[in-house]
Amino acid sequence: MSTTLLSMRGISKSFPGVRALDEVSLELMSGQVHVVVGENGAGKSTLLKILAGAYRADSGEMLLAGEAYQARDPSDAIAAGISLIYQEDQLLPNLSVMENVLLGRLPRNGPLVDWPAARRRARDLLALLGVDLRPDASVARLGSAQRQMVEIARALAVQARIIVMDEPTASLSESEIERLFALIGELKQRGVGFLYVSHRLEELEQVGEVVTVLRDGRAIHSGPLRDLTRDALIRLIVGRTLDQYFPGRKAVIGEVVMHVEGLRSGDALRGVDFDLRAGEVLGVAGLVGSGRTEMARAIFGADRADAGRVTVSGRALEPGSPGAAAAAGVALVPEERKTQGLVLELSVVDNIALPNLARLSRFGRFDWTAANADARGRIRSLNIRTRRLGTRVEELSGGNQQKVVIAKWLARRPKVLIFDEPTKGIDVGAKTEVYRVINQLAESGVGIVLISSELPEVLAMSDRIMVLRGGRVAAIVEAGDATQESIFEMAAGKRRASVA
Amino acid sequence: MSPEPGEPTADGTTEALRRRVSAAGRSVVAQTGPLLGLLVLGAALSILTDRFLSFSNLANVGQQIAVISIVALGATFVIIAGGIDLSVGSVVALSSVVFALAFSNAGLAWPIAVLAALGTGIAVGVVNGLFVTLGRLPAFIATLATLSMARGLALVVSEGRPISGFPDEFRTITSGRIVGDVPVSIGLTIVLFVLGGLALRHTVFGRAVYAVGGSEEVARLSGIRIVRLKVAIYALAGFCAAVGGLVLTSRLNSAQPVAGQGLELDVIAAVVIGGASLSGGQGTAFGTLLGALIIGVLRNGLNLLNVSSFWQQVAVGAVIAAAVMTDTLRRRRR
Repeated sequence: MSTTLLSMRGISKSFPGVRALDEVSLELMSGQVHVVVGENGAGKSTLLKILAGAYRADSGEMLLAGEAYQARDPSDAIAAGISLIYQEDQLLPNLSVMENVLLGRLPRNGPLVDWPAARRRARDLLALLGVDLRPDASVARLGSAQRQMVEIARALAVQARIIVMDEPTASLSESEIERLFALIGELKQRGVGFLYVSHRLEELEQVGEVVTVLRDGRAIHSGPLRDLTRDALIRLIVGRTLDQYFPGRKAVIGEVVMHVEGLRSGDALRGVDFDLRAGEVLGVAGLVGSGRTEMARAIFGADRADAGRVTVSGRALEPGSPGAAAAAGVALVPEERKTQGLVLELSVVDNIALPNLARLSRFGRFDWTAANADARGRIRSLNIRTRRLGTRVEELSGGNQQKVVIAKWLARRPKVLIFDEPTKGIDVGAKTEVYRVINQLAESGVGIVLISSELPEVLAMSDRIMVLRGGRVAAIVEAGDATQESIFEMAAGKRRASVA
Repeated sequence: MSPEPGEPTADGTTEALRRRVSAAGRSVVAQTGPLLGLLVLGAALSILTDRFLSFSNLANVGQQIAVISIVALGATFVIIAGGIDLSVGSVVALSSVVFALAFSNAGLAWPIAVLAALGTGIAVGVVNGLFVTLGRLPAFIATLATLSMARGLALVVSEGRPISGFPDEFRTITSGRIVGDVPVSIGLTIVLFVLGGLALRHTVFGRAVYAVGGSEEVARLSGIRIVRLKVAIYALAGFCAAVGGLVLTSRLNSAQPVAGQGLELDVIAAVVIGGASLSGGQGTAFGTLLGALIIGVLRNGLNLLNVSSFWQQVAVGAVIAAAVMTDTLRRRRR
């Protein structure tokens, strides 16, 4: 019999100038997965942080199994049986699997750590999850799926009654996602309740029973998931329909702008050849570890390729030099926006000026007027929402940050733009805007390489799709001839497809 | 360990095995890197000079590095936790002066005066910890401020003059001998390092130090109480600096308000040569001891070879750069 685990009633929270949450209420039953969706900035993370004790609500009350609950800091929440698995990796690479699982609660013997007990406990928890990991293994060497499992084991270690997951599948492959969902199912049987936040609408119906939609800090809908079509759900989230989700494009495909031949880099990239034409969007699909990101970095020179040639408009690029690649008209919008794409502490205008310092300087003096004018133009054309030019980039939403990364490169009139997971972790509305920018660029004759884990995105946005497997090109197909199933089969290989 | 998807299973297994073997190899190298350096240095000096390997010279080296080592032990905790403590040199002087005044002016028994000195070190450490946590100052700035304040206070309370004349029992800390004619200060250093090493490796506190240095946010969200932990870490560093100050006072039979100037740099050098990372999460007590030994042996050897102290500074600088460079290169070549 399921009972109410958690009720949040009339929760409100304001920050200077913003009402982040406005009278939000939510009920979570034991053995239930309650999905929370909404655009970035809709208030999801604020809600989760209040639950976890990282923020305190201005008003409203929370009941945990019928009793009043208020967390002053994260350790209160953990003591109350609430465990958050955050979007960002929350593991310590300098410590072992065991210490990560038992972080903050190593079994003790007086002041000393009881290592045999710790090892036993970690092994039991990992076995419970069906994960084959040694407790003493170093976390630095684990793949993203294994890391996720370690985080879940940590949630189990605190005997959580409520597990909150924020975008847990963002870095998982299809088969790993299935594994995760099976695990969630098992924990549900034990009466654990889940709050599940995700932007990937296609997986919600698979995992959740109930949905709450947040928009602009309000809970605008709450009810069973099966009563909503995907189209209806998107409309609730953004007030738009599915065909507006992927905007159309009228690009003329021209001459070959980039030719890649025999590109190899380490174990991950074992020989990739392809051509890219002006005005074309070449989608790149593949499982985690197939070499997609390594390919992007080797082309741009961020990593030095071991072998192979990249020619842009007939001229060979000097390997291992991002400067040379940029000068030849290649630009990269990297996977890790916050660490590789932006200097978070600097302003919007500083970030946009960064690749253009030479052009914006005269006799060594930086021309602020030109830089501001430049940035203002980009902000208008890409519809970047920022209060001022001087706003620090870290204050922008994920979608607007991504547009700043794109804006950086536009002033250099790139011939080739490589996007590595451009919509990772940004909300539905902002995704559509990124798609629109990609289309604009293609229409203006830029050749686009679009790397993405989201198959619907690759299928809808690409002219051709290149599938990578094990560091090699498994196939290049016309997007019109491909389906999600056919792409997945090529990415996984026959043997893998039967496993998954 | 299951192979990465898209990778053949057979390949994945050998890959996992290869990783495991190379991980084991790496950890051996990480421990033995500084040790190897020390042995090479010792071997070279015992060939180049006939006095280096003598018991009296080695005991001398041990006594000379006792202060740096003990202070560096505390700094090891701070640096593993991702912080830095620049105030330790001033704390050495302040605790030394406090001890002298408590004994000479206030007429307290010397063990009580020792407690006063240790309390002073802990107090400065607590201030550092509060600046860093509740005051939200970067550790560099916070401890730069207390470096100046503690030095100033040492000069104020001593009126800028050295204070000397302490009882023989107190002087035994450095002049005394334990079994086998080993100086007491060396024994004290070894005991403190064994305790410090145990604390880092086998106590809940020690593991929390590594956790907060790996990622403070992760540690916080796992329910580790950061403020309490950091205050304790800086207090420990202050305590170790005070112990260092007392050892120094005992050796000189004099408390000097200008003692320990620039000591913080030697201390950081010892910790870093010992394999700790200034970005936190890495380091061991044993490594720090080796780091201090390398600095001490190098200085001693260069003295025996009649190299001027000016050139010694150049040599120590080169060793710091070389030690950290080999460490970084080793980490990169995964």
